[in-house]
Amino acid sequence: MEKVDSELLLKVADLHDIPSGAYNIRKNGKLLGRKCTAGIEITSKTDKPGIDIKIAGNVKNKSVHIPVIVTEENINDLVYNDFYIDKGAEVLIIAGCGLHNDGDIGNSHNGIHEFWIGENAVVRYVEKHYAEGVLTTNKVLNPSTIVHMAKNSKFVMETAQLGGVTSTERLTSAELDDGASLEIKESILTEYNQTATTKFEVNLNGINARANVVSRSVAKGNSSQTFISNVNGNNVSFGHVECDAIVVDNGKVASIPALKNTHPDAELSHEAFIGKIAGEQLIKLQTLGLTKAEAEKAILDGFLK
Amino acid sequence: MLKIDNVSFSIKEKGKTIWILKNISLEFQPGKNYILTGANGCGKSTLAKLIMGILPVTSGKIYFNGIDITNMDITERAKLGIAYAMQQPTRFKGLNAKDIISYAVGADCTSSSACEYLSKVGICAREYLERDLDNTLSGGELKRIEIASVLAREATLNIYDEPEAGIDIWSFNGLVEIFKKSLTKKNLNIIISHQEKLFKSADEIILMANGEIKTKGPAKDIIPKINDYSSICKKLEVD
Repeated sequence: MEKVDSELLLKVADLHDIPSGAYNIRKNGKLLGRKCTAGIEITSKTDKPGIDIKIAGNVKNKSVHIPVIVTEENINDLVYNDFYIDKGAEVLIIAGCGLHNDGDIGNSHNGIHEFWIGENAVVRYVEKHYAEGVLTTNKVLNPSTIVHMAKNSKFVMETAQLGGVTSTERLTSAELDDGASLEIKESILTEYNQTATTKFEVNLNGINARANVVSRSVAKGNSSQTFISNVNGNNVSFGHVECDAIVVDNGKVASIPALKNTHPDAELSHEAFIGKIAGEQLIKLQTLGLTKAEAEKAILDGFLK
Repeated sequence: MLKIDNVSFSIKEKGKTIWILKNISLEFQPGKNYILTGANGCGKSTLAKLIMGILPVTSGKIYFNGIDITNMDITERAKLGIAYAMQQPTRFKGLNAKDIISYAVGADCTSSSACEYLSKVGICAREYLERDLDNTLSGGELKRIEIASVLAREATLNIYDEPEAGIDIWSFNGLVEIFKKSLTKKNLNIIISHQEKLFKSADEIILMANGEIKTKGPAKDIIPKINDYSSICKKLEVD
């Protein structure tokens, strides 16, 4: 691997080296390396770009790394990754995409990930996005995550855009059966003239299905973000959406939550905040010896952590 | 150690100048617990904020260890050895108790040393280390973490603005001991308080009213006479 590859993989997938567990690493639209382990099978699709990942029910406390990196200009990578998680499996899936572009022509990655999560299975899905290189060259990431959750399954999604992405359109949709639990924690950083749109569509179809969507965003410079969340309570269920945004400079954020119940016992709520860093937060950290700039960084880093 | 020399502070409201503090002159020596007391709105917290640099003086000078700090910003004063516990602690989304203690110490703090400071203020430290300082914590819990952050600074001058606010009576008794124990020959505490129990632990008491110092002196001399000033304080509240 080249130095830039290692740096990107560390950034988006916390990989210091080739992982000991199962993995599939993709670079510039091609397979860089793959390893399957007991109960975790990764195969290439034959009809379109992407992979199928099958996790057996007896897999417990194992991880799969499937990061993607694009390091050349004029590459527009598209993958369809499908995840089949058997009943009772417990797995950590680390995705993530890093773009590097020193050229004049843009590059992009569109990852369409679809999950079928079996009964009582527990999945933690971590996805980090990051781009670097020439500021004026477009670096675009458009992830889609579609989740089908069977009874009493649990899906925890931790997704972060760490910076450098010129534009992104992020779509996450989920269908929850009885007792299924969905937890999404999203953090997005935009700077300069970058744009980000993130949309959640959650259908609480089963009895006692639960969803908690928490989004935190920081919009700096002249960047703008739009957060759209639709949570539909179609049964006795619970859904909560939280969108907090800190704006710096001329950053702009629109938060558009929509809650809808088609069942009288659905309990849905949302809360949102958009504003600058609170003055008393800066003061508190300054009284601890941080400069104003250090305090601002600490607050923003913590907020997006 | 700390000298406040003829300090005044005013604000503008509807074109009028309102004096919050008028010609305050005070000297504070190391090795002592000072209580700053007086009726609500008499200017105690404002004076504390002027010392910390959160508000600028309108006139007058502030000296710390012989250095004129009047025009220094908050960070510079903190680095010189002034620490400040807010009356109403700040909430943070994404920063936890360990983060705040680490910033206070000035380095990455181990869990055990962060625990040590949190234990001093009577909270079950391990339980709190990873908890964000957000709405999930009560006012009393936040207040104790705020005090722990000042203890962790190990500063020369510690200012506590109403440390008793929101603290239950059992924990409050512990706080009185903490303030006593934290005192050495080289540091001092200025505690803004209305609590008689803290008065008794003080070396000196300063009574403020209407933006001025009304009286000051050893606690043993002031406490017996404190009720004599009730008419001043009451009048001020009506004003």
